Amino acid sequence: MDWVNVAIQGILLGGLYALFATGLALVFGVMRMVNLAHGDLGILAAFVALFLFQSLHLGVMWSGLATIAIMFVVGYLLQRGLLNFTLGSDDTRPIVVTFGLSIIIQNGLIMWFSADSQGLDAGQIENISIRINDQLSIGWFPLLVFVTSIVVIALLQTFLNRTKLGRAFRATSDDREAAELMGIDNRHIYGLAMAIALAIVALAGILLAVRTTFDPTQGSFRLIFAFEAVIMGGMGSIWGTLIGAIVLGMSQTLGSQAFGSGWGLLVGHLVFLTVLAVRPSGFFAKTVTA
Amino acid sequence: MSVLELQEVDVFYGDFQALFEVSFKVEEGQTFACIGANGGGKSTLLRTVAGLQRPASGQVLFHGEPIDQHPAHDRVGMGIALVPEGRRVFPSLTVFENLQIGAYGGRKGEWNTDSVLELFPLLKPLVKRQASSLSGGEQQALAIGRALMANPQLLLLDEVSLGLAPVVIKRIYEAMVLLVGTGTTILVVEQDVQHVLTVADHVACFLEGRISLEGKPSELSSEAITAAYFGM
Repeated sequence: MDWVNVAIQGILLGGLYALFATGLALVFGVMRMVNLAHGDLGILAAFVALFLFQSLHLGVMWSGLATIAIMFVVGYLLQRGLLNFTLGSDDTRPIVVTFGLSIIIQNGLIMWFSADSQGLDAGQIENISIRINDQLSIGWFPLLVFVTSIVVIALLQTFLNRTKLGRAFRATSDDREAAELMGIDNRHIYGLAMAIALAIVALAGILLAVRTTFDPTQGSFRLIFAFEAVIMGGMGSIWGTLIGAIVLGMSQTLGSQAFGSGWGLLVGHLVFLTVLAVRPSGFFAKTVTA
Repeated sequence: MSVLELQEVDVFYGDFQALFEVSFKVEEGQTFACIGANGGGKSTLLRTVAGLQRPASGQVLFHGEPIDQHPAHDRVGMGIALVPEGRRVFPSLTVFENLQIGAYGGRKGEWNTDSVLELFPLLKPLVKRQASSLSGGEQQALAIGRALMANPQLLLLDEVSLGLAPVVIKRIYEAMVLLVGTGTTILVVEQDVQHVLTVADHVACFLEGRISLEGKPSELSSEAITAAYFGM
């Protein structure tokens, strides 16, 4: 029964990873840009929420919602004000710029908040769980995170598939110049894509902050997990990202269970490398030929 | 007033000059054909009018107003739509979505998904298919239909017959005649002179970035066109 328990924890952990990864997948999908500061922006959001919670005494819920709104605006401005200018013929430019951004965010957070671990206290929900039987119980909070990730992904997919703006996202992803000929301003679309990506990663950062402790340097870890989830799922497939995240989460928890704590991360990476070797395009690769 | 006027337009790609002081006027309701061999600057000309390329000097006037400051995505709403070379349909979108996206920044008017499907009945059974699965001719019809969804006053067509079966080319040229009937002004670029001269009421031949011959097709001898085409 231990194993079942651990596997379920892994699936639920996958929900959190999926939230970290969704924005990364969206940004890559729409503008073929790799954002190396993605994880740090999620951790930045956690600190913003912590600040609103501690200094302005907003409740956890309101701090979280305000942070998501703030990060949405930050995302749009960051894209329009900086990242759009890095896009173009040279693929390495956005990588270098977002790498720099990652360093600035990490060090800025250390300056303002110190390198200490922090936590966001959401009260009772963190500890209560559903008891299925004597050996098996599921924490309410991890379950909430998992359900949230599914809802977010379903909403995002619906937005992309069913709305006029979502169509513009997909058209821009297919062919930027042809989309411009349809009257679509790609700079604005890219801005919105980054805004949505940062709103989602803000949610992920806040949920992480409630679930466990966090510190300014954690963004890079989150980025690696997010990359692994996106690549395993298949670049450009958002539901695939969720599956990739679940596989990663389960590999980590089952790895810890099998070989002792500390081995979980390694097993996660090994499973990722295996998937990469066996199925380099991921589980749900969308290969579109023009 | 002319729908479109170019005044001494120079266009460069980096150091390479693609157009040299090109000037001409397109009148309302006209079908204006630009012919010429590869590398003559015809596609560059259309890209410049659509706003994908900026002139280094000279200006482009639309209904008498200079539009050089307007980016491509603004010009659709002003009434200029380009069917780009190579069709460039959105491969991961369905046929229907491709048409819908055509109306994104466009104007209101008589063209909508129903009337476009009426014009190109071959697309009707394909509306739910991904555009990437279409044949070349179907994609070309879709690309033209998509541009019509913006209800353009000026439709720019770039090499619409390239690589298509004769029967499909015939259908596309028939559609072009119908479009002129609705009052749309057309600026068409072709390498294939034969077909385009049957629909054009004005023709300009491009050679190495310059207009080498211009006039009404009925007034130009085929020898003169051949000479201008090949630069002999």
